[in-house]
Amino acid sequence: MGIPVSMTVNGKAVAAEIEPRTLLAQFLREHLRLTGTHVGCDTGQCGACTIHLNGRAVKACNLLTAQAQGAQIVTIEGVAAANGELHPMQAAFRQHHGLQCGFCTPGMVMAALDLVKRQPNPTEDAIRAGLDGNLCRCTGYHNIVKAVQTGAAAMKG
Amino acid sequence: MYAFEYHRPSSIKEAASLARKLADAKLIAGGQSMVPALKLRLARPTAMIDLNDLPELRGISVVGTNVVIGALTRHAEVAASKDVLMTLPVLAKVAAGIGDHQVRNMGTLGGAIANNDPAADYPAALLGLGATVTTNKRDIPADKFFTGMYETALKPGEIIASVSFPMAKRAAYIKFRNPASRFALVGVFVSETAGNVRVAVTGAAPCVFRVKNMEKALASKFAPEAIARIRVPADNLNSDLHAGAEYRSHLITVLAQRAVEAALSGK
Repeated sequence: MGIPVSMTVNGKAVAAEIEPRTLLAQFLREHLRLTGTHVGCDTGQCGACTIHLNGRAVKACNLLTAQAQGAQIVTIEGVAAANGELHPMQAAFRQHHGLQCGFCTPGMVMAALDLVKRQPNPTEDAIRAGLDGNLCRCTGYHNIVKAVQTGAAAMKG
Repeated sequence: MYAFEYHRPSSIKEAASLARKLADAKLIAGGQSMVPALKLRLARPTAMIDLNDLPELRGISVVGTNVVIGALTRHAEVAASKDVLMTLPVLAKVAAGIGDHQVRNMGTLGGAIANNDPAADYPAALLGLGATVTTNKRDIPADKFFTGMYETALKPGEIIASVSFPMAKRAAYIKFRNPASRFALVGVFVSETAGNVRVAVTGAAPCVFRVKNMEKALASKFAPEAIARIRVPADNLNSDLHAGAEYRSHLITVLAQRAVEAALSGK
């Protein structure tokens, strides 16, 4: 039995009929073809699927799509400017080589943006604590921390 | 994940009536424990009743000497609440230490206590403060609420509305995290409220519990050394690949002393 859902994703209204058990990550990737939201562990631990739901970072593999009914969703595809220019946080990841294989990066960027919104001047400790829900299997945390610091500074400028 | 029906009631009454009517239905709030349980097929409800359209279950207020928190209030909201930080900072600290930031943005107080995971943090805070759970039917003291592993006093069709926490003269919660899962291997909550001392332990046994001989010792002298020699016997404690029962027993005494120290220093 399908249920209707509607929400705003990256500024666009979307509506669909889905099976109730459809996860939000699945809906974004398979129905909307927004494959920038990665599914790493599928158990709510790795954070690669992090998106913003009504402005808060959440793990899209750990939500039913129905729980996002009526919500404002932003995925990694909605972060850069319309002309393709990278968001300062994305540019900082590139500048500091804050990615190796790049699989965790969309989730890292989405979590970092939420962190900087709460703490505009995060210390290294605050960044490491704030990214507790995001794992990098390449273990490239050092450059990720540097990228978030630079990204946070650039976002103020 | 098995298929289920989905309902999104617009009143507590409707939610309660659905929960009574539908066999094997589950309530979902934040879903941060529920969705993983569905995926692992540990939970196989035939219907999910989503409580997210019930704003009356949300919010934080200070009522006399109590902090009242709606069941649908997210952990991140409790952690950042000025009211909670001013009146019962230990509770903000408990909420700020649950899971990770993304989980705290979805997970709710009501969901956490209804689930009653043996290693969850909020049950220790409720029992350690002597909080009261208010449902759509009645008030349940924390001492009667947590009844066993993943078991509570909630009856079918009963929905948690809020929890009322008494403010404490001093209180602290210290947990020893499993380094991989970040869940409490053992967590100890200590509080002193108007001459009443409570010590609650999570993570160590199938269900959160109080340590009454520590409470008695702390009531006569609220200092770490008062409980340094009190051990909870290992007999009924959890033993698993993360820690043996003897080690958990040892941790309870160590963490309880640290919690008393932290409560005294106000940190």
